[in-house]
Amino acid sequence: MHEVTHETEHAHHELGWLRKYIFSTDHKIIGIQYMITAMAMAVVGGSLSMLMRLQLGWPHHMWPQLTKIFPLAFAGGAMAPEFYISMVTMHGTLMVFFLFTAVLTGGFGNFLIPLQIGARDMAFPFLNALSYWVFLVSCVVILGALFVAGGGPLGGWTSYAPLSAVPAYGPGQDLGVTMWITAIALFTASGLMGGLNYVTTILTMRTKGLSMMRLPLTQWSLLITAVLGLLAFPVLLAAAILLVFDRTGGTSFFIPAGLIVNSKLLTSHSGGHPLLWQHLFWFFGHPEVYIVILPAMGMASDILSTFCRKPIFSYRMMVYSMSSIAGLSFIVWGHHMFVSGMSPFLGSVFTVTTLLIAVPSAVKTFNWLGTVWGARIQFTSAGLFAIGFVSLFVSGGLSGIFLGTSAADIQLQDTYFVVAHFHLVMAIAPLFAAFGGLYFWFPKMFGRLMNETLGKIHFWLSFIGVYCVFFPMHILGIGGQMRRIYDPLQYDFLKGQQGLNVFISVSAFCLFAAQFIFLANFFVSIFAGKKVIGNNPWRANGLEWTVPCPTGHGNFGEELPTVYRWPFDYSVPGAPEDFIPQDVETVVGAKH
Amino acid sequence: MADGTGPGKITLSGLLFGLLMLILIVTSLYYFIAKPYWFPKNASIHGTQIDQVFSWVLLVCGIAFVVVQGMLGYFVARYGGKDNERAAYWHDHPSAEAYLLIGTAVILTVLVFMGQRVWADIYFSDRPNNPLIIEVTGQQFNWTFHYAGADGAFGKTDAKYISSTDNIGMDPTDPAGKDDIVVGNLMHVVQGRPVLLRIRSNDVIHSFFLPNFRLKQDAVPGMKIEIWFTPNTDNFKKDGFEIACAELCGLGHYRMRGFLTVEPNDQALNAWLAEQKAQQ
Amino acid sequence: MPVLTEDRQNTGITPPPTWTEPGDDGGGRRDPEGTSFPLSKNRIGLWILLATIVMLFAGLSSAFIVLRGVPEWQNIEIPSILWLNTAILLASSATIEAARRSLRHERVGAMKLWLLVSGGFGLAFLGGQFIAWRQLVALGVYLPTTLHSSFFYVLTGLHGIHLLSGILVMSYVLAKALKNQITPAKDEPLQLCATYWHFLDALWVYLFMLLTLA
Repeated sequence: MHEVTHETEHAHHELGWLRKYIFSTDHKIIGIQYMITAMAMAVVGGSLSMLMRLQLGWPHHMWPQLTKIFPLAFAGGAMAPEFYISMVTMHGTLMVFFLFTAVLTGGFGNFLIPLQIGARDMAFPFLNALSYWVFLVSCVVILGALFVAGGGPLGGWTSYAPLSAVPAYGPGQDLGVTMWITAIALFTASGLMGGLNYVTTILTMRTKGLSMMRLPLTQWSLLITAVLGLLAFPVLLAAAILLVFDRTGGTSFFIPAGLIVNSKLLTSHSGGHPLLWQHLFWFFGHPEVYIVILPAMGMASDILSTFCRKPIFSYRMMVYSMSSIAGLSFIVWGHHMFVSGMSPFLGSVFTVTTLLIAVPSAVKTFNWLGTVWGARIQFTSAGLFAIGFVSLFVSGGLSGIFLGTSAADIQLQDTYFVVAHFHLVMAIAPLFAAFGGLYFWFPKMFGRLMNETLGKIHFWLSFIGVYCVFFPMHILGIGGQMRRIYDPLQYDFLKGQQGLNVFISVSAFCLFAAQFIFLANFFVSIFAGKKVIGNNPWRANGLEWTVPCPTGHGNFGEELPTVYRWPFDYSVPGAPEDFIPQDVETVVGAKH
Repeated sequence: MADGTGPGKITLSGLLFGLLMLILIVTSLYYFIAKPYWFPKNASIHGTQIDQVFSWVLLVCGIAFVVVQGMLGYFVARYGGKDNERAAYWHDHPSAEAYLLIGTAVILTVLVFMGQRVWADIYFSDRPNNPLIIEVTGQQFNWTFHYAGADGAFGKTDAKYISSTDNIGMDPTDPAGKDDIVVGNLMHVVQGRPVLLRIRSNDVIHSFFLPNFRLKQDAVPGMKIEIWFTPNTDNFKKDGFEIACAELCGLGHYRMRGFLTVEPNDQALNAWLAEQKAQQ
Repeated sequence: MPVLTEDRQNTGITPPPTWTEPGDDGGGRRDPEGTSFPLSKNRIGLWILLATIVMLFAGLSSAFIVLRGVPEWQNIEIPSILWLNTAILLASSATIEAARRSLRHERVGAMKLWLLVSGGFGLAFLGGQFIAWRQLVALGVYLPTTLHSSFFYVLTGLHGIHLLSGILVMSYVLAKALKNQITPAKDEPLQLCATYWHFLDALWVYLFMLLTLA
């Protein structure tokens, strides 16, 4: 009865174009809004890294052509060091928050949760829309940080104090950092609104028959990720609040006594502790990297299973491992601080917990291998990206073992070894999962298919490209190249490996260029892609594939579906098809 | 076979992926075994232990890398989809899963113990005998080294005395400071003699990085952090080793370059210190 | 929904048991109907919100505990009006409980009155906090004066902002009550408001103890 009334209400309520596509409270529209905004931020963030690679590949080169575009940054033809550092800071900030967190939880979370659990929308649709618009404002603010007087912030995405607490310590540390903090605070608000929605919806609005252990791994990962975000982001907010007061209120939460500013003693601050910032930041920061990787793991698992035509190996352990990764993620943060001056005893504790968290990650890797073993793989673009995800996660995850071993970390901390590790495991692997998700759910979003040939070209170029860019960085780090260095050629001990920097830069340019194949494919296919026939072009099991492509408002016709099985019934022996959707009941023949 | 046992279709995509995995494995084996680029030459006693830990982790992770990437490549190449053929439906193997989980945990535990022995050696062992004590001060954008001089006592410093000509703020009223030597960007130590560093910062967080000595310690304002190492090298060249900053400290982070010289004996060090003192 | 039937006699393949039962997942059999969750979505939403606020103040608390140990820490004297404010806030929790009890006994008029009184107490609390701030300023104790004073202003300020939001929620519930939309059967707004309010009260007691016992 309830559903029918709902539908009737909507039939009588024709929304204008603005309410339908722009200020919508429909989770699908909001999800797509997040995705497209995140893509735009990715283009900006990626472009910034191209500028970084330009400098790192040819540190002493002059670029008079660029002086025309960036008169201040390239005054005299050479990139200014502060410009380089602001690129480093903004690249990290844009990618971690405004691309990955936004596209995976905001984009896919919003689009998929109600569809995959058999609900008509999120628990709080208005709050959901609000979370997107606050996110959009935060995007405008963070981009604004690039254009304010003094330039962008110079503290890296980690914004350590006192560099970030005392505006005089660098150009860009005044207005630039203020914009940064404001954007992060807004982003946090948006994220908390979203997370609240996701947890409430998944817990309370699953359709009949959909027990927790029948959820797609995408849903498990989004639920666990949302919980992580709700517990971790407020701590970042706490740190940001204290930082704001240090900067503008004269407080000394992070500022110790005895600081020298412009050769003069700063007498107005004392008592604070710079390490406090690091502890607060990384208490958030480590769960944050799992906020990025977990949805990627969930989505890649479901997509892999679909295109292997085989159930995910050990579903139960996949759920337990994601849960334990999430729990453990709160007690490993000190591995970012082994050489920070933190007590070495704590260093030992964090080594143990960090290597402990490697165990569930290894379990997941074995399970992905077990999924591919004995499969019958369909090499679609989405399937390829899911497979690529596994390889990239393995590479990135293994390098983490070196860094988690505190004794080895002494030499590798703050070098390109770290850069290689976190890019592979936190940026590239999730990026591949996101691409997989976009190719996979595109027909559900838009009723059309992306071009498969272009998709495959995109995959091969990207897969080769990312290894060419990030694998040599391990070597650079072993050789000692420090992070965030504007000119490696200042150091004799680094000169011998400059060839690697050149190779990485050239590969990076090619990799970046290849992404435009995807962008063109995505946006042109929205309007001119091959139309989907039927609801389920990939012959997949999730509830989202039982409804039309694209899906209408309210998602599920007159009656909500009933679920009878988990989403991994692929290649069930004796079944008429090689897949059985979740809402299919089976009735045994006459003998029953 | 129709039920997924046996190989699937060998496809171009599958083969290409398998080939890329093979290239990945071969390339990484080359770089990590032939080592065309590698760590800066080790020059300290702890460095040998740290390099050993790295090698053990490399062995374990290297094997895991080759096996896992290799299996992934092989499976993807072998199990391409065949029209109307079903995959294998199995999706659990509790005993194999248990062995793999326990095995992983055991291997990682062993690595933890090996690494922690070295960590304890560096951080929890007794202070060395007769160390050469040097106070290191980092600031935007240089390093300053403070030696105690013949009396072995460091003159007091106070931030209120810091100026553009004095990076560490020597207290002029302290007689112990009269014979102290303060040098910018140049650090001299003695072969085989333990060095105890006291690392501080005047402004933001820097990180004192000696690549050849496997030493890295953040310089945190408001803290004086002690760390020690023992040089073990036959390279006595002047400015033979470089010092770098390894924590983003502002726009000049890239140019916080210093030089370390290992002197063959104490006399050579004292001669150099006397030279520096004469110039002050 | 589609239903697949299977006629065992014709196919010649004896399917393994997995085909005949809904899904081989290990969870379905235990909970085939299971989707009902004991709490309403609004209640869960509220508890999640409370969890995030707890984490915010947990982060600030840990900063407090860390900095409490530095040599430069200097205690300030906590204005004594804070004891009165605490009493007022506790009283407001009692009155909101009275409102809930009134509604249970269908005394809607009494409920509205108790709600109004609670809101009044809440405003009085905020007023009292403001007076405490003024008293500190008069003594020359400002935000940056000492670490203790910094935490005092930041923690009481943040709590005050949250309490203001609680008053706004209470006003919304009061408005609904005045329109007679709060009944024993449809009491969720009042229940959630009460929970939020008690939480803010408990949070205050915790912060007060932290600041005073420092």
